[in-house]
Amino acid sequence: MSTWAAVMAASVACLALKVTGYLVPPKLFEPAPARRTLDLLPVALLTGLVVTQAFAAGRAFVLDARVPALAVAAVLLALRAPFLVVVLAAAVVAALLRALT
Amino acid sequence: MGERDTARVVRQGLAVGLATAAYGVSFGALSVLSGLDVAQTCFLSLVLFSGGSQFALIGVLATGGAAAAGIGVTSAALLGSRNLFYAVRLAPLLRYRPLRALAAAQLTIDESTAVAIAQTEPRLQRLGFWVTGATVYLGWNLTTLIGALLGNLLGDVRAFGLDAAAAAAFLALLWPRLAKRQARAVAAASAVLAAALVPALPAGVPVLLTVVVAIVVGATNLLGPKAAA
Repeated sequence: MSTWAAVMAASVACLALKVTGYLVPPKLFEPAPARRTLDLLPVALLTGLVVTQAFAAGRAFVLDARVPALAVAAVLLALRAPFLVVVLAAAVVAALLRALT
Repeated sequence: MGERDTARVVRQGLAVGLATAAYGVSFGALSVLSGLDVAQTCFLSLVLFSGGSQFALIGVLATGGAAAAGIGVTSAALLGSRNLFYAVRLAPLLRYRPLRALAAAQLTIDESTAVAIAQTEPRLQRLGFWVTGATVYLGWNLTTLIGALLGNLLGDVRAFGLDAAAAAAFLALLWPRLAKRQARAVAAASAVLAAALVPALPAGVPVLLTVVVAIVVGATNLLGPKAAA
């Protein structure tokens, strides 16, 4: 799949999901298990993305500058820092560590 | 009283919208540094318009390349499925003719839904939805373009620590969702599962398989609150 194809496919799929929500009978999502699963999906996926983005290099597990950067991000989030500050701080920590080593 | 409520909802919508728009810069920059061009990056913000899904797609493309494109699309769609759930909740409130209905659907995201359902009467709920949705849409697209152009000026991804920034972005999106014990348990199990699968499977697949954790816990209500049906 080319990058454009991936960009278009993801965009169409996500827009279609939003439109579908306005068209389906609400009863479909009344059962508690369906509601809970939809609620928990982002938690599971985002955690998977944090882990792979911070520790994976292809199929290998790597501990590098990303790890302390992520730790700094976690501390800032606990201190309720804004999104942009958290992301920038992580980038700066990783870049500094790489420049020093 | 009515006017004061209106002003309050507008202020709330604008504040949430501007705060969200600010991190469009990080999306734009990361997207370009993940190998997408400026047009592709802006297309995502214009048409896909859902932060988590956009970050997921570029994250998977950055680590897995073109071979992982299918997985990236699937991750983005799974993360975007929560918007479907929001749409179901908002549908009785937002009944419009096709064109306006499409606009409402496109603006159905975390922020517009949160501001809408925080209001007490339908008029204010609709106002909150449209003000927040429109502010986020305009701001997010403008800052995405700025970020993408900035990203073009920067060089090597790793040297600038932007791979770490992507991890931090996912953590920041995850953080507010961890308030409940059940969500924290799902996060812990997903982290262990994804880590265990990294050596065994192609990039992106371990992330997709964390869905199993959400389904199992969602179906059984493991560690959940005692159901108030």
